[in-house]
Amino acid sequence: MSDAHDVLFRTLADPTRRALFERLCREGEQTVGALTARAGVSQPAVSKHLAVLRQAGLVRDRHEGRQTHYSAHPGALAPLVDWTSQMAGFWESRFDDLEDLLKRMDQ
Amino acid sequence: MNDTSTETRSVVVEREVPFPPEKIWRALTQPHLIEEWLMKNDFQPVAGHGFSFRNDWGAIDCRVLTVEANKTLAYTWDALGLESVVTWTLTPTPAGTHLRMEQKGFRPDQRQAYGGAMGGWQRFFDNLEQVLARVD
Repeated sequence: MSDAHDVLFRTLADPTRRALFERLCREGEQTVGALTARAGVSQPAVSKHLAVLRQAGLVRDRHEGRQTHYSAHPGALAPLVDWTSQMAGFWESRFDDLEDLLKRMDQ
Repeated sequence: MNDTSTETRSVVVEREVPFPPEKIWRALTQPHLIEEWLMKNDFQPVAGHGFSFRNDWGAIDCRVLTVEANKTLAYTWDALGLESVVTWTLTPTPAGTHLRMEQKGFRPDQRQAYGGAMGGWQRFFDNLEQVLARVD
């Protein structure tokens, strides 16, 4: 396994870190304060986790005044992802929704 | 990594669907119906028409390549460096329709195209958990 894989695995192995990353993916850019409010850990702890995520390339920071905004960079996960099976999974699930829709149409 | 940087690969999903091609065609080509099973869009069933699929992660840029009503629909699907073509083929069967989707044009050096823009994150993290369970 390459070093890049290793770093990503280590970074995401921590559940708090993974939750922060997932939240940024799901909800978009947020400040440290906003992330802390729902993280269940202290702000210094959140900042530390964000720093680790940033070093792994999984999040980016943007300074605005005294606030630092963080956003997800899911593209950094590419080395982990087997894209063919992921895309197949994506389309399988779209097919499911398509079939559901067809059952509802004209009825 | 293998030396396959120019290799074209594809993802194929096919299913027997108990509905006639005409009905499936509507679901594949009418924007308000497409939105219900795929994504928001400004699709038009006109060859050459540029459109996009949009979701929380951004947009997928597309252009209609082929429109043969109730038979074949193809459009480009470009996002985050990925350049691919999605082709739908509808073949009538006694019980309904054989529906086939092929997405072609991935290359190994475009894996980042997956990005996360399109996959279900829950599924991704489920997979990741499994991978992590095998590490260490």
